[in-house]
Amino acid sequence: MKLTLRVWRQQNADAPGAMSTYEVDGISKDMSFLEMLDTLNEELIVKGDDPVAFDHDCREGICGACSLVINGDAHGPERTTTCQLHMRSFKDGDTIDIEPWRAAAFPVVKDLVVDRTAFDRIIQSGGYISAPTGSAPDAHATPVPKPDADFAFEHAECIGCGACVAACPNGSAMLFTSAKVNHLNVLPQGAPERESRVLDMVGQMDHEGFGGCTLTGECATACPKGIPLFSITHMNKEWLRANRKDKRTAS
Amino acid sequence: MSAFAEYAVGEPVVDDKAPAGPIAERWDTRRFQAKLVNPANRRKHTVIVVGTGLAGGAAGATLAEQGYHVVQFCYQDSPRRAHSIAAQGGINAAKNYRNDGDSVHRLFYDTVKGGDFRARESNVHRLAQISVEIIDQCVAQGVPFAREYGGLLDTRSFGGVQVSRTFYARGQTGQQLLLGAYQALSRQIAAGNVEMHPRTEMLDLIVVDGRARGIVARDLITGKIETYFADAVVLASGGYGNVFYLSTNAMNSNATAVWRAHRRGAYFANPCFTQIHPTCIPRTGDHQSKLTLMSESLRNDGRIWVPKAKGDTRPANEIPEDERDYYLERIYPSFGNLVPRDIASRAAKNVCDEGRGVGPGGQGVYLDFADAIKRMGKKKVEAKYGNLFDMYARITDEDPYKTPMRIYPAVHYTMGGLWVDYDLQTTVPGLFAIGEANFSDHGANRLGASALMQGLADGYFVLPSTINDYLARNPHKDEVSAEHPVVREVMSETEDRLARLLAVDGDRTPDSFHRELGEVMWEFCGMARSETGLRKALERIPQIRDEFWRRIKVPGTGEEFNQSLEKANRVVDYLELAELMCLDALHRAESCGGHFREESQTPDGEAERRDEEFSYAAAWEFTATGAAPVLHKEDLVFDYVHPTQRSYA
Repeated sequence: MKLTLRVWRQQNADAPGAMSTYEVDGISKDMSFLEMLDTLNEELIVKGDDPVAFDHDCREGICGACSLVINGDAHGPERTTTCQLHMRSFKDGDTIDIEPWRAAAFPVVKDLVVDRTAFDRIIQSGGYISAPTGSAPDAHATPVPKPDADFAFEHAECIGCGACVAACPNGSAMLFTSAKVNHLNVLPQGAPERESRVLDMVGQMDHEGFGGCTLTGECATACPKGIPLFSITHMNKEWLRANRKDKRTAS
Repeated sequence: MSAFAEYAVGEPVVDDKAPAGPIAERWDTRRFQAKLVNPANRRKHTVIVVGTGLAGGAAGATLAEQGYHVVQFCYQDSPRRAHSIAAQGGINAAKNYRNDGDSVHRLFYDTVKGGDFRARESNVHRLAQISVEIIDQCVAQGVPFAREYGGLLDTRSFGGVQVSRTFYARGQTGQQLLLGAYQALSRQIAAGNVEMHPRTEMLDLIVVDGRARGIVARDLITGKIETYFADAVVLASGGYGNVFYLSTNAMNSNATAVWRAHRRGAYFANPCFTQIHPTCIPRTGDHQSKLTLMSESLRNDGRIWVPKAKGDTRPANEIPEDERDYYLERIYPSFGNLVPRDIASRAAKNVCDEGRGVGPGGQGVYLDFADAIKRMGKKKVEAKYGNLFDMYARITDEDPYKTPMRIYPAVHYTMGGLWVDYDLQTTVPGLFAIGEANFSDHGANRLGASALMQGLADGYFVLPSTINDYLARNPHKDEVSAEHPVVREVMSETEDRLARLLAVDGDRTPDSFHRELGEVMWEFCGMARSETGLRKALERIPQIRDEFWRRIKVPGTGEEFNQSLEKANRVVDYLELAELMCLDALHRAESCGGHFREESQTPDGEAERRDEEFSYAAAWEFTATGAAPVLHKEDLVFDYVHPTQRSYA
């Protein structure tokens, strides 16, 4: 296949960026999207040009590093991560636009690489269960009903890639935050910190400059791991409940 | 004839930390003997941890909980992305929840035997003991393990064992365990006990007066090279499988931290012990950038076969039952499809070498779920392996519910690593290595679901106990600063290396050299090795290295985000490590576990160990680039599990 790529190039966080056009040839349909970009970069390096910077690591769809907006869609046309997108989803002669995640809370580092440390700070604000090493009772001391365990797992699958934020017209991080809140809050082990967790994480999320949620649902459509939209409504209930309880304790 | 092969044999290396006495009591004894640091004094001690995978994440969190000041590094943009995240199948623990005859001793026995009698008994026994605490710890953190309808934990079987002791979270066990460690680490970051440096890569080790006192690291965003100082340094930087270019490791997983530590005096043990995983998706062409694993757990229900006839190109479903060779079930009736990884990989290679492989180039075998779907129904198969089937379908564009998967072995894990004693301390005092970065527990072959176990055992439980002893006995009164002559020297060496990479301005990319090296390694130091082949590789590698320094092209500068520079610098270290791997493989003229020497096999083609000559761990001491290293042997003594030829028939 022969393709035309229009790629966002930006030297660093402070420099202005622009779309640049490149031609690539000899692309096989079995290549992954990132292998297609590897091909472009190999050519650029030999020519002495600056290769296109992009985040990637496991290339198995689980580490959450890869993060490209392809033809306007976070992770491109298939519901998967960028690294698991293959060139068989495109045709010979296509023009493909490639951009970084666009969100106020994810500033561009270079080209297609963005800074997602805001996500880490949301987790640091309460996305954990306080269980210092060595303090644990036997694993079978507290059975967890299977539906609860499955619910926790379904939300724990989030890979923290940020596609939800990139897809959202408001740049909201509600799906990411709710996935972690719901994973931990449904488990008996997470119950003691249930209220503080949701209040603190939502507080941090707002503090980081993510937009508000208007339930447009783009996040859940873009999510490569299928975190469902009801995750957000579920967290909203947790938040209201925690607020009520918080007020009771305060009064 | 390569001068590199003319190595000298030095003094033996001895583990003097494991206490004598009954094996089941050694860990308790050691913990009691180890000196402690007063809780009030701990915050005065700084510990550097490099890496945030299962071992590093767990260690950073636990050391911080204990009160130490932790300074931690990862090259990824977030500690949550370390490659432990990609582990699929599960984690072993001798809980015996199934009442199927499991015990700490059985897990110990299985691991020593599975490692083909090339691991240290004391360490392996400790690993088996700690395994039960790991599951408790992870459940308390909220790791969503698979559960049964009664609410209790589910388990499954893995290769090389006959009990069901593998705990799992669908096909994403590594992800869930890592997120548990990451969340514990995040809690300590928020509390100010861990100073986290993401997108920062260790480039060298600082050793002052014979003790590890810090590291040189590069901020990958600004390009700034800085020094960090500590009372002890812990390397949790993972394995070196990416030497082969194509492996199941993450693209940026690299050997620089361990290799630089080796150059500064840490012995490197058993570098040739690499694990080739039998069930990976075959490559599709030269553009291939990495390989994807299909979890070993699939072998619980999938049946592996090839056509009986050579060159049979019919589609799988047109080959009748009696023309199929379920070769693992045929050769190893008692373990069947669940033989250990090294055996399954070699068997796959053998049938493909005979011309019975399937798929493009005949480099594949079938992993067939038709019987499982018939037996359990598609729904149950989907519940158990759904995400793996989806991943396979996405990569290959084939539906594994309808046609059998095609799989082929690929480099997956490295059992070798920095030599450590029972305390996980390297030969450089104050430098510790944990997880895949060390060599300690898996001998010549690792059993499935044991990497997660070892990473978390080292990180949560072993290192946080043993490092106390070092810190208590070595109070550093002297401050080391950037002005210290040793530090200046290390710093300028690092700066010079990067400057040189940028200055060559040749015509070949870092990847092109990496790929070339990988091909040499796969051909001569892969699934089967021979003296002739290894000698060829030892001649070839220095030539590639010379060419690298003449023709490498790295665009841009060092004072910016520069992924080509990062890559080129990692290839520099691969080009040295590869040579040591080949030498180690050449010197070990026996077959054991993942190390198969063609000259040393039984009449039926199984690995033949030569215990009289090779019952030792080979710890290599660095001398100079391209110069022969010095071999130090650690004799392995087996008091509890007596070496026999492994039989899975």
